[in-house]
Amino acid sequence: MTLYSILFYILAAVILASTAMAITRRDMVHAVIYLVVSFFGSALLFYLLGAPLLAALEIIIYAGAIMVLFLFIVMMIRIRPSAGRLLSRVQLLPAIVMSGLYVVVGAFMVTGDTAGRGDFQPAVAAPETLGQYVFQQHWVTVEIASLLLLVALVGAMIIGGKSPPESHPPVEEKS
Amino acid sequence: MTVSFDHALVLAGALFIMGIFCVVVRRNLIMMLLGLEIMLNAASIALVGAALKWHHVEGQAIALFIMAVAATEVSIGLAMIVGFYRRTDTVDPNALEEFK
Repeated sequence: MTLYSILFYILAAVILASTAMAITRRDMVHAVIYLVVSFFGSALLFYLLGAPLLAALEIIIYAGAIMVLFLFIVMMIRIRPSAGRLLSRVQLLPAIVMSGLYVVVGAFMVTGDTAGRGDFQPAVAAPETLGQYVFQQHWVTVEIASLLLLVALVGAMIIGGKSPPESHPPVEEKS
Repeated sequence: MTVSFDHALVLAGALFIMGIFCVVVRRNLIMMLLGLEIMLNAASIALVGAALKWHHVEGQAIALFIMAVAATEVSIGLAMIVGFYRRTDTVDPNALEEFK
């Protein structure tokens, strides 16, 4: 056991435990906070796997922007705690069956395929390496991503700015 | 060093299952969106592990674009959930039947 593998397994345990806590919380604020912990763990894992730029972006975008957006919405719409069951019973059985199948297939894949064996050879992709690679090889994708974000901005403004129809009395046209 | 790519894949797969569980089983639109985030994050972990395994930054580049898609999806999804909540006063996906 080297320090690298110890860190990897600790981080994996933290990520899995906090995600499991997140998806079973009844209070959504707690769920979001647990998921922030999970994303911090993922960021450290990215750093361990040699992706420092992605580690920084994981904290900035996922933990910083996306989770704070969730927190805003959760606090804004103020949901009454539901007294009913947390999980819907009808969908629990298919979910368990399907994820059991997924586990079986994944176990076969991992044990049967030897391509994934062999230890990681440590390497670090410096941020400028990744940046140059992205902007040289994938500049079209960068443009598409920026267009996607613009469309999302406009779409969110249109969807979110719309009031319910009854609160909008029809404006009489002045002649 | 004893961590192999398989271990990263198993971690990503377990996270992905948790995301699927959250989407399928929770009766709350916001939690379903959180489940989607968990799944996208699991895919990113698998891609970054693959990038390290084959010493190629392609996987990290795709993980970068996954983050852009995740941000887009969350902004649109939360806007739709807020609109849904304003009309029906609930975030229960079962109420989507009447929302059409």
